[in-house]
Amino acid sequence: MNSKSKEPFIHLTKRGAIPVYKAMIIRVIAVVCALIVCALITGLTTGINPIEVYSSIIAGAFGSSRKTWITLQDVSILLIISLSLTIAFRMRFWNIGGEGQVLMGGLGSAACMICLGDKVPGPVLMLLMLVSSVALGALWGFIPALCKALWNTNETLSTLMMNYIATQLVLFFTILWEVPKGSGKIGIINQDSHAGWLPQLFGSKYLLPIIVAVFVTAFTYIYIKYTKHGYEIRVVGESPKTSVYVGINVKKVFIRTMILSGAICGLVGLLLVGGINHTLTATISDGRGFTAVLVSWMAQFNPFAMIITSFIIVFMDRGAGEIATAFDLNQSFGDILTGIILFFIIGCEFFINYQIHFRKKDH
Amino acid sequence: MLGFLAFIPRAVAQGIPLLFGCTGEIVTEKSGNLNLGLPGVMYVGAISGVIGSFFYENSVGSGDVNAFLAVLIPLLCSMAGSLIMGLIYSFLVVTLRANQNVTGLAMTTFGVGFGNFFGGSLIKLSKADIPSISLSKTSAVFRTSLPFAKSLGWFGDIFFSYGFLAYTAIIIALIVAYILKKTKVGLSLRAVGENPGTADAAGINVTKYKYVSTCAGCIIAGFGGLYYVMDYACGIWSNDAFGDRGWLAIALVIFTLWKADLGIFASILFGGLYILYLYIPTGMEHMELKELYKMIPYVVTMIVLIFTSMRARREDQPPQSLGLNYFREER
Repeated sequence: MNSKSKEPFIHLTKRGAIPVYKAMIIRVIAVVCALIVCALITGLTTGINPIEVYSSIIAGAFGSSRKTWITLQDVSILLIISLSLTIAFRMRFWNIGGEGQVLMGGLGSAACMICLGDKVPGPVLMLLMLVSSVALGALWGFIPALCKALWNTNETLSTLMMNYIATQLVLFFTILWEVPKGSGKIGIINQDSHAGWLPQLFGSKYLLPIIVAVFVTAFTYIYIKYTKHGYEIRVVGESPKTSVYVGINVKKVFIRTMILSGAICGLVGLLLVGGINHTLTATISDGRGFTAVLVSWMAQFNPFAMIITSFIIVFMDRGAGEIATAFDLNQSFGDILTGIILFFIIGCEFFINYQIHFRKKDH
Repeated sequence: MLGFLAFIPRAVAQGIPLLFGCTGEIVTEKSGNLNLGLPGVMYVGAISGVIGSFFYENSVGSGDVNAFLAVLIPLLCSMAGSLIMGLIYSFLVVTLRANQNVTGLAMTTFGVGFGNFFGGSLIKLSKADIPSISLSKTSAVFRTSLPFAKSLGWFGDIFFSYGFLAYTAIIIALIVAYILKKTKVGLSLRAVGENPGTADAAGINVTKYKYVSTCAGCIIAGFGGLYYVMDYACGIWSNDAFGDRGWLAIALVIFTLWKADLGIFASILFGGLYILYLYIPTGMEHMELKELYKMIPYVVTMIVLIFTSMRARREDQPPQSLGLNYFREER
């Protein structure tokens, strides 16, 4: 027996393909476990009945038609950012600079609205806003990609730094354009003329981001799955050596893909500044550039699964506001619950990717 | 010149939280774990210490605090809080082999939320009018400087005017630098970060090294949060006050090229850059320029990152397996 006991008690092997329904079951179990742990923690730390907390989260997200629309709008924004990051992630380029790219896009739109708002006709202004926000977002994606392509600079770290450079740039312009002077805020831009405000579709101010999100989702799916570019991205992601071998220009793919990724983030900046907030602040992206990384990864880079995962995150976030008012708790409690749910979802991937073998008793 | 002499102590006080964070992250990254949860860990380290000392101060009531306990309780609480964060990260990343970026970002969401929630709850408990907790008695103990500092003029101000945690930060950084460079444990740890497969083949317990270094790194980083609240902020906790210092600490790791001893000077430099905008005269008409000065630390880090990758000197590179998980059976 002793000579045999060298075999470890547990050993792991990587699974091959796992049936989709099995993977889904594992994920659902993880979410259920997470909700139970959240309930326990809610009960222990606040003494409030967790069922009530959960029902008020639902009320916060869907309590009224206005709340439902805002929830859907937030889902769309988060979804578009996640999709843009996904394009980069598929080639294993860890773009965590979504925050900065969105901010730069917003800056581009705001600049056009403020400097050209009363000088050019509406449609031209819209076009200029679109071009400048997409271009600035793309620039913020291009710089880290160029460094990665030329000198193999670590992209996680460089995109992270670009976020803060963008934040400070936006703060700089915020004070430059502040209204009134000394307030530290830009305020609503072109409040009277509405110049550069994106049009309301079918009389609803919430619809535009949702429609854009639908288009971007379809585009990303087709782009990655059915185009030559998408194929190259996937090969580079799977194995850079193979892509060199088959004659794919890896550097070109890096740069091209990151320009696209940044451009889509820039588009979100346009939607936020021109369509939703009509102002520019340094917190306009509200951490969604980082949250989108989680959304994209939890969906295993699948554009359609991302609709669900971004919904979960926004749902928790919107609900958190409701808990804060309903139970006199702090808004941050939602972050704790979201964090716990994320830990469980992150952890459960292990059981999807690996199989655990226990030592057999009789040998 | 006098202005500059007054600037140095403030730069140091600003730099110490960054130094703790940077040293902690270096220890973690040397094992190949890129812990983007550092901002969250520093929040948890800070709030855990605050919770401990809040209850201790309340139990003492209006009497005097015991200096020894007033230091020990927040320190132990902070260590416990950061250790738990380190264990969560290690369990997910090392044992369950989850993606490091994702786990780190989730830890930041969780940690910052944790800090602000319990901070907010304590504020409610203390029934104060202002949205902050004041732990003046504990802070007074933390801020005790050497008695002869005052008598030495500017020399004393620059070198001896800080609380004990500031010196601890420098000592920890030196110890870490020594361990990484000169000891066998350090060599093994670097081997794990560079190429875990080779380290494993050489008989090094990769899992153990990754766990210990990540948890130790988190505890060190947590002290940064504690220092910020107890010393820099004079014992006053207010939500979100810690700001983006955690991210700046990660930037600092790149800036120092993963060298802990360099971190001492670099963190003071960054601390100085962080508050430089207060000292550059811009005039009232051009307040916006201050925001550009605040950008300097990040731009400098970006440039260093690019230059080191351009020169591609092997000793300046990130640990080779940084961000990648190790699975023995994978080829």
